[in-house]
Order: sequence, then C-alpha cells, then structure tokens
Amino acid sequence: MKDRIVLDASALPMHGMGAASPTWWATCAFMLIEGSGFALAIAVYLYLMSLAPSWPMEAPPPDLWAGTWLTLMLIASVVPNVLVSRWAHRRDLRKVQVGLVVMTMLGIIPLVLRAFEFTTLHIRWDDNAYGSIVWMLLGLHTTHILTDVVDTVVLACLMFSRHADNTRRYGDVQDNCMYWNFVVVAWLPLYGCIYGLARL
Amino acid sequence: LNTHGHSADALRDLIILITVVCTVVWLMVVGFLLWALARRREVPRRDSDTERKMALSIRLAIAATILTVAGLTIASFYTTRDLNSSNGASLTVRVKAQQWWWQFAYQASDQEPPFLTANELHIPVNKDVRLELEALDVIHSLWIPSLAGKLDMIPGRKNIITIRATRPGIYRGQCAEFCGLQHSHMAFVVVVEEGAAYQRWVAAQAAPAVEPAMAEASAGKAVFMSKPCAACHTIRGTSATGTSGPDLTHVASRRTIGAGLLETTRGSLAAWIADPQTLKPGSNMPLVPLTSDELRQISAYMEELR
Amino acid sequence: MTRDQGARVPLDVDISDAELERQLKETWSSKPGLWGAISTVDHKVVAGRYIATAFVFLILGGLLAMAMRLQLSQPEARFINPDRYNQIFTMHGSTMMFLFAVPVMEAMAAYLVPLMVGTRNIAFPRLNAFSYWIFLFGGILIWVAFALDTAPDVGWFAYVPLAGPQYAPGKRADLWAQMITFTEVAALAVAVEIVVTVFKQRAPGMSLDRIPVLVWAMLVMSFLVIMAMPAIMFSSTTLILDRLVGTHFYNPAEGGDALLWQHLFWFFGHPEVYIIFLPAVGMVSTILPAFVGRPLFGYMLLVMALITTGVLSFGLWVHHMFTVGLPRVGESFFTASSMSIAVPAGIQIFCWLATLWAGKPVYKTPLLFILGFIVTFVMGGMTGVMVASVPFDTQVHDTYFVVAHFHYVLIGGAVFPLIAAVYYWFPKMTGRMMSERLGRWSFWLIFCGFHLTFFPMHILGLWGMPRRIYTYQPELPWTSLNLFVSLSALVLAGGFLVFFVNAIRSWRNGLPAGSNPWGAATLEWATSSPPPPYNFRRIPVVSSLDPLTPGENELPVVAGLRTDRRELLVTSVVEALPQARESSTTDSVWPFWAAVATSVMLVWSIFTPWAVVWGSIPVAITLIGWFWPKGSPEDES
Ligand code: HEA
Ligand code: HEA
Ligand code: HEC
Ligand code: CUA
Ligand SMILES: [Cu+2]
Repeated sequence: MKDRIVLDASALPMHGMGAASPTWWATCAFMLIEGSGFALAIAVYLYLMSLAPSWPMEAPPPDLWAGTWLTLMLIASVVPNVLVSRWAHRRDLRKVQVGLVVMTMLGIIPLVLRAFEFTTLHIRWDDNAYGSIVWMLLGLHTTHILTDVVDTVVLACLMFSRHADNTRRYGDVQDNCMYWNFVVVAWLPLYGCIYGLARL
Repeated sequence: LNTHGHSADALRDLIILITVVCTVVWLMVVGFLLWALARRREVPRRDSDTERKMALSIRLAIAATILTVAGLTIASFYTTRDLNSSNGASLTVRVKAQQWWWQFAYQASDQEPPFLTANELHIPVNKDVRLELEALDVIHSLWIPSLAGKLDMIPGRKNIITIRATRPGIYRGQCAEFCGLQHSHMAFVVVVEEGAAYQRWVAAQAAPAVEPAMAEASAGKAVFMSKPCAACHTIRGTSATGTSGPDLTHVASRRTIGAGLLETTRGSLAAWIADPQTLKPGSNMPLVPLTSDELRQISAYMEELR
Repeated sequence: MTRDQGARVPLDVDISDAELERQLKETWSSKPGLWGAISTVDHKVVAGRYIATAFVFLILGGLLAMAMRLQLSQPEARFINPDRYNQIFTMHGSTMMFLFAVPVMEAMAAYLVPLMVGTRNIAFPRLNAFSYWIFLFGGILIWVAFALDTAPDVGWFAYVPLAGPQYAPGKRADLWAQMITFTEVAALAVAVEIVVTVFKQRAPGMSLDRIPVLVWAMLVMSFLVIMAMPAIMFSSTTLILDRLVGTHFYNPAEGGDALLWQHLFWFFGHPEVYIIFLPAVGMVSTILPAFVGRPLFGYMLLVMALITTGVLSFGLWVHHMFTVGLPRVGESFFTASSMSIAVPAGIQIFCWLATLWAGKPVYKTPLLFILGFIVTFVMGGMTGVMVASVPFDTQVHDTYFVVAHFHYVLIGGAVFPLIAAVYYWFPKMTGRMMSERLGRWSFWLIFCGFHLTFFPMHILGLWGMPRRIYTYQPELPWTSLNLFVSLSALVLAGGFLVFFVNAIRSWRNGLPAGSNPWGAATLEWATSSPPPPYNFRRIPVVSSLDPLTPGENELPVVAGLRTDRRELLVTSVVEALPQARESSTTDSVWPFWAAVATSVMLVWSIFTPWAVVWGSIPVAITLIGWFWPKGSPEDES
C-alpha cells in the first residue's frame, strides 16, 4: 500500500505535559486501581463492623494523638506539594530541587508518626478481626506513603543529576505530586473509619 | 429432563417453566440463524431500507427479551415466596455437618436430653420439619434433591430450612459444597415415615444401647471399651462417651455406614473397622490395629447395636 | 523545547520508502540473541509469547480435564486418589481461568490493539515485558508445585475455612493465593497499558465513534480488570495473612466471617467472566463483517451493550452465593440484575444475526467457529438465565448443571471466538495462512465433541450429581452418562489436537498470506504480515469507521516523525487530534530483573512475612534501574 501524506507532525512537541502525557494517564489508572483497593478495604471494615456485636471489638478505640497529628501533617504537606507541582510546571529547577527535598522530609515525618500510630491502636492484628482490619488499613496506607517517599527520593536525586532539566522530568515531578495528593486524600476516609467510627 | 420432586414440587414446576421458555428462545435464535444463512441472495444488502427494517426488528427483539426476563424474574420471585410460606414447624432437628459425616440431634421431648444419630434422618410425612444447620469445621451444604433445594452450612452461622415430605419413602441426601477429601462420600439417607412408625423409631433411638446377647458380642464390647474407639464414639448406656465420631448407640439400625458409603451389614462393618482409610481415604477415623479375633468380636457387637 | 533543532535530526519526510523502512528498522529492532530476546519490548513479540504460553496452559489444563474424565468414567474408579483429584480440578479451574483465559485475552489485546489503533508500540512497553515475565513465573510456580504434589486442592475459588489456616495445612493454599497475586499483577499491568494506548495513542482522526469494536471491548475489559482485580488482590493477601501471621479476617471465632471471602471473591469473580467474554464479543464483531461482505450492523448498539455489560457485571456477584442463606429480598434483587444482563447479551446476538441476515456468508473456518459460537453461547446464556433464578439455583447450584453452564459460556462463548480469532489473525501474526481443510476438521470435531461432552452434564446435574466429587457409587444413576461424557471428551481433545497441529504446521510452511488476505477494513491489515517492528511505516490517518476500503491502495498518513528514536504520536482522548510526538521506550533487561526480584519476593513471602521487607529492596533497585534515564534520544523532550 502506498502512503499519501495528509498531515505533518514535525511541529508537534516532543513530549506532552499533563493530560497529553501517557504517564499522566497511567498515574491516574494506578490511582483508580488503588482507589478501588482502599474502597474495598473500607467496605470490609464496615462489613465486619456490621457483623460485630460491639465495635471496636474487645478494645478501646485507638488514641487520637498520633493519628491526628499525622493527618494534620499530611494535610499541611499538600501546600508545598502543590507548589512543587507549580514550579515543575514552570520548569524552575532550583525551586523544584528544594521542593523535592522538603517533600522528602514531609514524607518521612508521617512515616515516623505512623510508627507511633501503630502503638496507639490498643490491639494487635492477631487478636481479632477488628485488629486485623485496622492493621490492614494502616498497613495498606503506609505502603503507599512509603512508595511515594521512595519515589520522591529518587526523583530528588534525578533532579540533582545531569538528567534534570528536561520536560520529561518535570512531568514526572508533577505526576509524583499528583500521586501524593492521592495518598493524602485516600487517608481521610481511613482516618474517619479508624478513629471516627470506632468512637460511635 | 427433570426427575424427582416432592415438597420440591414448586421447584420442579418452576424449573420446567424456565427450561421450556429458555428452550423456546434458543430455538428461535437458532432458527433465525439458520434462516439467515439459508436465504438465497446475490449481494450483501446495505441499503437504508434494509437497515431500517433491521433496526426495527432488533428493537422488537430487545423488547421481547426484556419482557421475557421480567416474566422469569417475577415467576422465580413468587416461587421463592411460596417456598418460604411454612406455618410453624412441628419438629426441629439440629444438623451438624462435619468432615465428612452428618450428625442429627433430636429433642425427643422437653425433659429428655436430645438423642443423637448420624447419617440418617427420619421425619414424619406431611409435617413441616425445621432443620437447624450448623457446620463444625468447613462449609458444607445440605441437599435432599427430592425434597428441597440446598442450603449451605457455614461455620459461625446458623441457617434454617424447613422441609416437608408429601410421600413416605427413602430419599438420598448429600453434601453439595466442596469440603475436602471426602466430599464425594458425604451422603445420608432420609427416611420419611407415617406418624406411628416415626414415633416408634424415635422411641427406639432414644433408648440406650442394648446389652450384647452373644458371647462374641460381649467380648466385642470389652474390646471396644479398651481400644481407642470409646474415645471417639458414644454408645449410650456404656462408658463410651467420645464425641468426635458418630454416635453408635444404634448403628446397626441405620441403613448405611460411613455417610452413605456402605450398606450396613456385618461384613461391611468389619471391613470399615478393619481399614477405614482404604474405604474412605482421609476420613477422620483412624485405622485402629486389631487382631482378627478382636475385629470379629467388635463387628458382632456393632451388629447387635440396633 | 528543542523543536527547532529539527534540521539536524532525521525525519521521515522526503526520503524513499525503502530508506525510511531501513532507518525505522534500525531504530525499532531488538538485538538478536538471548539478550535481545530477554530485553525486547516489542508488543508483538511479547504478546506472541504471551499467547503461546497461554495456549500451553490450555493444553496442560486440558490434559488435567482428560485425567478427571478418566477418573469419572466409571463409579468408584481408583485411577486417581481423592487428594490428587482435588489438586487436579483446582489446577484445571485455576489454570484455565487465571493462566489461560484471562491472559490469552489480554495478550490478544496487547497484540491487536496497538495495530488496530494505528500506533507503533503499546503504551509502556517495558511494563508489558514485565507483565509477561511475572505471568510466566506465576504459572511456572504453580505447575512446579503441582509436579511436587503440593498443588492447591481447595477449588478455584478456595473457599475459607477450607482454605484457611486450620483446614489447609502446608503451603498449598498459599501457593494458590500467591499465584493469584502473580497473575493479577500481570493482568493489571496490561490493563493499564491498554487503557492508555486506547486513550492516547490512537491514529489521528480515530475519534471515539471510529474505534473498532474489538478495541472498545478490550477497553471495557481493561476497566473491569482495573476495578475488579483489587478485590482478589485484597482477598488473596488477607488469606495469606490469616495463614501466615494469624490475622482473623475469615475466622468466625474471632469476629471474622467465612462469607466475607465469598463476597470478595465473587465481587471479582463475576466481572472476571466478562473479562473473558467481552474480548470474545469484540473478536466476533470484528471478524464477522469480513466474512459476510458488509459492515457490522449496529455499531453504537454494540458499544453501548459492551459498556452496559461492564457496568452491570459489578452488580451480580451474589448470584454465586444463592444458597448461603442470605435474606430473600437481596437474593431477588440479584436474580433481577443477573437476568437483566440478558438484555445487552441479546443486543449483541441480535446485531450479529442481523449482520448475517443481510450479508452473504463465506464459509471459511473463522466464520464456522463464529456460527458455532452463536449456537453454543446462546445455549450457555439460557442456562445462565436459569441458574440466575434463586429457586432454580437451589436445586442445581454446585452440580454438573453449573459445570455445563460455565463450559458452554467459557468454551462456547470465549474459546470458540478465540479460535476463530487465531484462524483470522494467524496470517497477520505469522505471514502464513492456516490450512482450511484441517480447519474444518478441527471445527467439526470441536463443535460436536463439545456438545456431546457438555450437554449431558446438564442432565447429570438435574439428576443430582454434585460437582467436585472424585467418584460416585455404582448404585447412582450416573454411570453410563459419565462414560459417554468421558468418551466424547476424547473427540473434543482430538479437535483441539487438530487445531494445534494445524497451527504448528502452518506456522512453518503455510501458504504466504499477503498483507490483507480477508479484505478486512481495520488498520492492522494496512501493514505487512507479519508487521515490522515499527508496525507502520508512517502512522495512518483515519476518517471513518472502516479505514481500509477495498480496492483502494493508498493510505492517508502522517509524516514528520523522527526516525532515529522510537517516536509515535500522542493524540487527544475524544477526537484523537495529534498532541505530541512521544517517544516509546527502548529495549531493556531491567523489566526482566524486576520480574525476577518481584517473583523472589512473592514466593519467599509464602514462608515469612519478613520477605516483604528484605525482598522489596532488590525490587526497588531493579525498578530504579528500569526508570533511570540513560541519555538516549528517547529521553529528549
Ligand atoms: C465467559 C464466561 C461466562 C459468561 C458469559 C456467563 C454468563 C452468565 N452467567 Fe455464568 N458463570 C460462569 C461463566 C460465565 N457466565 C462461570 C465460570 C461460573 C461458575 C463459577 C464456579 O462456580 O466455578 C458461572 C456461574 C453462574 C451462576 C452461579 C451458578 C451457581 O453457582 O449456582 C449464575 C447464576 O446466576 C450465572 C449466571 C449467568 C448469566 C445470567 C449470564 C448471562 O451473561 C448470559 C446472558 C446471555 C444470554 C441470555 C444469551 C443471549 C441472549 C438472547 C438471545 C436474548 C434473549 C434471551 C432471553 C429472552 C432470556 N453464571
Ligand atoms: C476456559 C476455561 C475452561 C476450559 C477451556 C475447560 C475445558 C474442559 N473442562 Fe473444565 N473447568 C473450568 C474451566 C474450563 N474447563 C473451571 C473454571 C472449572 C471449575 C473448577 C473447580 O471446580 O474449581 C472446571 C471444571 C471442570 C469439571 C468438573 C470437575 C469437578 O467438579 O469435579 C470437568 C469435568 O468433566 C471439566 C471438564 C473439562 C473438559 C473435558 C474440558 C475440555 O474442553 C478440554 C479439552 C482438551 C484439551 C484442551 C486438551 C487438548 C490437548 C491435547 C490433546 C494435546 C495436544 C498436544 C500438543 C499439541 C503438544 N472441567
Ligand atoms: C479418632 C477418632 C476415632 C476412633 C479412634 C474411632 N473412630 Fe469410628 N469413626 C470416627 C469418625 C470421625 C467416623 C465418621 C467417619 C466418616 O463417615 O467420615 C467414624 C465412623 C465409625 C463407624 C460408622 C458409623 C456411621 O454411622 O457411619 C463405625 C461403625 C465406627 N466408626 C466404629 C469404630 C470402632 C469399632 C472403632 C475402634 C476400633 C473406632 N470407630 C475408632 C472416629 C473414630
Ligand atoms: Cu461436606 Cu461436601
Ligand atoms: Cu457470575
């Protein structure tokens, strides 16, 4: 078959940003997968709760301080996160570098708080089903924080390397920021379950 | 297509109804397919007139589908309601399923303790019987095809099914949920009797075990008590009070042993006791080493437990 | 942006076709040899492997089926002991569902979708390669376990507590759960790739209403995977946790619940069957027009039906649990929702019938399989509607009636179209035609063998034969029919044998096919057979639902892409307007190592939870290796 050229693409950019980038869509797809995962985990929490004669089962509800501090930290981290994303959009290398370092710190602090949070639950995962699901919810969310922190660290390294000044990298930074927002937003209903519903 | 059917009559009617409807639909589809293929035609048609006609027929077909489906849904809804419209059961039997046999607990009267039997359910004819279903280990499912649909038995839950037999007879029941190695050999017998016969059976079952008459059987009893048998089996009226195996007080009165595995005869009892693991591999009854004398004695004893 | 450097980089304008093909070939080809084979990311190579591997699992699963039929051919047979039998049917079900049906459909998607939307490679080709390796390792894991007599023995849906810590000692159930994890990771990866490929890499002009039905089907299937698989991931993980670290999700004694498992499993398990079936719908819709000489009737209706089926499929999982004793109202709701699926299914059937009615059928093997599909699937659908009625189901649930139902829909509804698809696309994939004579033989053997094997199972089910029994007693009335079924299964297996022989022989020395042997209208036929590594010399431009019109031998295309790096077009979601010239990643061995590291972690974690901690370190390292930019032209922007 012969080609008949009807369109010239040579003027197109060599990488699309935002919704023009496949990576952005893949990040969304992964968020959808994980979002379904979280939704299911919450559904299981509610299901077990509806079966149990009393909730929380054989334990006082978890102490508030660690979880609440963590929630506040996470919410606060959204501000620098959005800023980093904006800087990346403007391809402002210096600021992005600083921002990523800050975000790494803001990722590690919740992890530390999370470690304490596990101690405030008053229940072990192998005590009963309530313990199992609470640990599951926390564990699931912790792995998300952890992976995003690792991702942030790697990106931070990249941004200090010779590969830094490249639209692709800025796109990665933006996707990473979007993912962090997801991690934060996903936490809120979990917080509601673990601390709120357990007190009703 | 369909066979048995009793109190499951309503079910049978519904099954026939749905099967007929579905067969008709299938025949229509295949008939149309054949017609479409057999039509003579020169060129493929794609003019707008044909397209419009096709669009119309498809719309009709969809409407017909919706109606049929709605009809079937309503029919099955009413059947469900029918099935659950029992009025107060006269008798309650607790059924405990375990790997891989059934225990039936009857409450003979309010004062007496319930008596237990295994793998054989007796019910009076034309009475609603309430079965309380529990599982002791994994999920099983109680199914007596001729009497009713199945209902699962789930650890940690209690399901209740009411059955009603309209004709005396002997029916087969079986476990319908995969439950491990011997799921295949987890059947039981349902005996539907007239009221009087049923009462007689209850009285007989509630009584303690008979004392063995023959010398061989008495010797068998002694062996039974001294071997591990007594740790697992109960024989009411003796010192055997184990609970992990079926109650043997009246084993020989039951039609089968090993949950429908073998017909109860002296020979099959002996074969079973000699080597349950070959007859029913994986079964929870171990091979208890016995000399051939002991084996003969024990089976003689078992055979007298009517 | 480096747009104005354009002068220095080689573009595909103003050069001869031959020279262009040479340059593209250089850029897109994989290295020869083992290393090249491991590191290739060409979607056709990877998907080809995927398909071949899945068919190997079909043969293995089929051989297990034959073993079961042998054992069941007579009462109280002792060919296979109960322990082995339980492993065999579990392996048969799990292999067929998780290692054959789902992967083969995903693989067909990975092969066909990029070609049909007119792009040069799937989105995220490295992820694709990773997915294949994970799938392969998962399959090997479970089959090695089977060879070592430690295969799972709890059925393909592994109900707890039978699969729980108390009643399934050893590692069998863990191996099952972990095999699930492998295949789900693999499936999720492909699903993401398909979604992004369809959304962002369609040829310019292929707006939403010009997407081939097969691509729509694969898109809906991918969304089903994305939404449903988390449920099985969650349930298999919690099962392992229950077994390994003593959590109590499924332990009623500590507030857990055995039914929770069933809800979670079927919340996935029901969409799963449409994950298998919808691609088949797409295949039928694509193949049919080529053999009746007219376009498909009712494109919009079919697409709507696909989407509706996808959405509805999340609302019927309880119909697998009609006998667990749930409240009656709830069950009636699920009867209604299950039956309502008949409407979109009916729409599909009616559209195909209409297409056939108005067309002029040419009876080649693919069409035969499609006709066989219609006859068989409608029957399976009817039994589906039957079991969707609660009272009906209380009699036939867990009997051979259900076994008959799902083989009718799985084999009749998915495997028949799949075989049609193999006959149809084989020329594209290998450049050679399959033998028509053997094709007819295989069709009639499979079709007759199938009905003779599975139709009597309905009757057996109504006669009360439960499924998953390793034997039955001679006094039951099932003996002769079972023997008949077993013998018929031999005919069926013979048909499959002919099919495989045909495929292997034609692959070596079938007749050359040419680029468009069927005169079909979709884009994959616009390029040579087999397609070159870069798929299309220049990316086509689409202006109708059927981009290739017969007799036309000019293809409207885009020019202006670079030839020195793997470049393809990114277009907008709705209208497919060009947005960017994106690069596609180069070959890399890192996906392979990442898959190895992940597999080690997953297998190790069957034995100790610490594996997740230590095992994740190599995974992280390989992932960093994977994503770290290498300074190749593909990294420019
Ligand atoms: C490809 C796979 C596939 C497909 C497409 C289907 C399709 C359907 N299935 Fe099936 N099903 C399975 C695979 C599949 N199933 C499997 C694997 C199991 C068993 C799992 C296990 O236990 O191991 C199962 C089990 C199963 C059950 C549980 C049975 C039990 O365990 O007791 C039920 C119950 O409702 C059911 C219903 C349906 C329905 C209503 C459809 C509908 O989608 C069918 C719709 C199609 C039609 C109806 C035909 C075309 C329509 C017309 C021609 C229009 C006219 C129609 C009418 C007027 C009615 N299926
Ligand atoms: C797509 C899915 C799929 C497919 C294709 C099949 C195919 C077959 N199935 Fe399967 N089946 C299931 C999915 C499938 N099955 C599932 C999910 C279950 C439930 C499991 C469970 O309960 O957990 C099940 C259960 C099941 C049972 C019930 C077991 C029981 O409950 O005890 C039976 C019994 O007859 C059976 C039979 C068959 C047969 C005879 C075939 C035949 O079609 C097979 C045909 C034969 C072959 C495909 C082999 C051909 C190959 C050769 C001859 C070799 C050629 C060699 C070379 C070319 C090198 N199947
Ligand atoms: C570890 C426990 C155990 C011991 C010891 C044991 N049994 Fe059993 N027995 C069982 C179980 C469990 C069953 C039910 C097996 C089945 O049907 O799967 C059974 C079934 C039987 C049956 C058939 C009952 C029926 O109605 O189906 C007989 C008879 C029997 N045992 C006799 C004996 C004798 C005699 C001995 C001693 C030699 C013995 N058992 C020792 C556990 C035991
Ligand atoms: Cu008990 Cu099957
Ligand atoms: Cu289903």
